Amino acid sequence: MKREFTISVFTEDRIGLLNRVSIIFTRRHINIESITASESEVPNVHRYTIVICEHQDLVEKVVKQLNKQVEILRSFLHVNDEVVYQELALYKVPTHVLAEGGEAETVVRNHNARVLSVAPEYTIIEKTGHKEETQQLFEVLEPYGILEFVRSGRVAISKPMKEFKEYLSEIEVASAH
Amino acid sequence: MYHQHPKDAQQIGKMKEVEEQLLKEKGTKTLSGAEAVVKSLLVEDVDLMFGYPGGAIMPVYDALYDFEEELRHVLTRHEQGAIHAAQGYARATGKVGVCLATSGPGATNLLTGIADAQIDSTPLVCITGQVHSHLLGTDAFQETDVVGISMPVTKWNIQVTKAADIPWAIARAFYVAKSGRPGPVLVDITKDAQFGELEFNYKKCESIRSYVAQPKVNPHRVLEAAELINRARKPLVLFGQGVLLADAKEQFKSFIEKGDLPAAWTIMGLSALETEHELNVGMLGMHGNYAPNKLTNECDVLIAVGMRFDDRVTGDLSRYAKQAKVIHLELDPAEVDKNVKTDVAIIGDCKLSLKLLTDAINSNEHSQWKKEFEKLKIEEFNQVINEELFPSEDEPMSMGEVVNLMSEATKGEAILVTDVGQHQMVAQRYYQFKKYRSNITSGGLGTMGFALPAALGAKMGMPHREVVAVIGDGGFQMTIQELGTLFQTQAKIKILVLNNEFLGMVRQWQDLFFDKRYASTEMVNPDFQTIAKGYHLETKKVNKREDLKQAMKDFVAHDGSYLLEVMVGKENNVFPMIPTGASVSDIRLK
Ligand SMILES: Cc1ncc(C[n+]2csc(CCOP(=O)(O)OP(=O)(O)O)c2C)c(N)n1
Repeated sequence: MKREFTISVFTEDRIGLLNRVSIIFTRRHINIESITASESEVPNVHRYTIVICEHQDLVEKVVKQLNKQVEILRSFLHVNDEVVYQELALYKVPTHVLAEGGEAETVVRNHNARVLSVAPEYTIIEKTGHKEETQQLFEVLEPYGILEFVRSGRVAISKPMKEFKEYLSEIEVASAH
Repeated sequence: MYHQHPKDAQQIGKMKEVEEQLLKEKGTKTLSGAEAVVKSLLVEDVDLMFGYPGGAIMPVYDALYDFEEELRHVLTRHEQGAIHAAQGYARATGKVGVCLATSGPGATNLLTGIADAQIDSTPLVCITGQVHSHLLGTDAFQETDVVGISMPVTKWNIQVTKAADIPWAIARAFYVAKSGRPGPVLVDITKDAQFGELEFNYKKCESIRSYVAQPKVNPHRVLEAAELINRARKPLVLFGQGVLLADAKEQFKSFIEKGDLPAAWTIMGLSALETEHELNVGMLGMHGNYAPNKLTNECDVLIAVGMRFDDRVTGDLSRYAKQAKVIHLELDPAEVDKNVKTDVAIIGDCKLSLKLLTDAINSNEHSQWKKEFEKLKIEEFNQVINEELFPSEDEPMSMGEVVNLMSEATKGEAILVTDVGQHQMVAQRYYQFKKYRSNITSGGLGTMGFALPAALGAKMGMPHREVVAVIGDGGFQMTIQELGTLFQTQAKIKILVLNNEFLGMVRQWQDLFFDKRYASTEMVNPDFQTIAKGYHLETKKVNKREDLKQAMKDFVAHDGSYLLEVMVGKENNVFPMIPTGASVSDIRLK
């Protein structure tokens, strides 16, 4: 059975690594649902957060392939309840729908979204949450006319308490041999 | 040897020597990037490389001009020839093969060899020139994104745009190429980096924090494996190139001898154990021997050593060794459970894990089980081998009889380099290897055109060994231009072309699975004798069986390169065979 996995890949800060990472997925015809790159808490260590929907045994093989790359420090595979994760969505709607009637305004409030910016013609609403939540708001706003919509990739933090720095020192010992 | 650190003292000595020489010559350690490339290679103990010049790599060639003695460069006739030669060199010597090419077409011509080295775990450092860094991304003349293109087929690659980064990049390249599971590395150097200046301080790379070259062997797994092996009544060992890469010849032999374990090889593992060894039960896979394939589905414990369960070895995975407990000794964790689920995986260098495992198992004896191999071997001999090696007089010459004579004439002591096709299977099935690390073939990629340049590289790496390339008439023409390199270098290799005037292996499939519809497999060949003469090569063509023995003697006895072309049966097929999608135990003798 396919299910959703979050893969966190910790890498050295080097040009081209994203390409190396994505090749491992595309080679096996795995669709990347989302990918986010950022710095980590450790200087010069970057992390990618990748979300895919696949069979567990295939994902495990992919993670091994990732770990095998020379400049990847370590990859972690998580199912959803092992991580705390969020996505961010922005919605651009005509300002008048918010002004008139007030219904849309209630929608925004009920969804714990917030208004980022208001211009005479448009208003930008922001919501962070899981995909289902940002999607739900999309569907609710849609009848009012969404001028533009964008959703970020997932960012996720794992629940276990072990810090990446600890892993890093283990890796450093193992690689020094 | 791949896995150990170079003798540090010697390396440091060499480094000092290079640096001191520099100080003397120039009064400074400032070098151009191109000179730094050459000096870096010298510190890495490279004395031979293969390549082809062009605009973007000219500064490096210019720097090489002053070091012709210390660092020999072999000019091939095509970059593909250069990289296959570097592969042959690496496979024969266990050292890192080095090749050099220009940007654009020079670099793309290396790609087949890079892919081949990646799948066959061959340590290579490929250095390519690149356009000036300010031209990157502009579709400049002879600009290709070779780092991008080669990413899926290199163990690591990098583009260097500053002279100062060159020593670092090359040091890292050598370390990555040869440590752990070896593989090809590409270093792409822009022309301005080659012209730029730097203070030359070479530091050998000895570890990379994000890369664990040698995972630690877990002793618990060793004990678990030993227990399975001790209880086994029908154990079967499968060995691959890992044994050669770890240079674990003795450890492997002690292991199988102590446990009395029948051992079968993949073509990449061939020659890790001499053919005649009592426990060598032959070749695995599609055209392998009858007994080990059949009995894979009867053994109770399967012990895979340094092999990766390639589909050409396993056939249908859902019917592969399902009855057996599987033990996998493997350096690369990504290979474990990739194709075949293991019961016990021992990750780590098999030189060490084999030693630990040998200590942990009981001395044993499996004569009953070994008899089963004997029985099937006789069956295969009667139904296939006898006819292949000793065809009746009215039959055309067979590849097997030619290889058998060649094996006898070289006393099984040659380095055998094979191309890809029927002759490859036949040569590897029938050559009687006496010497370790003596089989060089394109296993994982199956690259036609590999053998001729690879044989050249092997010979240059191991000049005291006899090197015989066995090639089909198809593959010969894929890199036939390297006869020019052979002539220029005066390397002494023996080329045995088995000419069936067909792309034999493909024709065999058409015969068996496509109703003999021979679409585009018949070859109208040139006169190879005339071509050989054009390259001043000693040559002979054998059309009749009665001439074969003498011709083979002359071929082997000749002191120099020699082309022996033998006209073999046009429509002979290689058997046994496991058809694609079939199970190993469904192996066909006919
Ligand atoms: C570069 C390349 N192209 C195509 C193939 C597919 N192929 C595999 S074997 C073979 C036929 C080889 O013919 P030949 O070299 O004459 O050897 P034979 O099989 O007759 O011994 C072909 C075309 C290949 N392996 N490599």
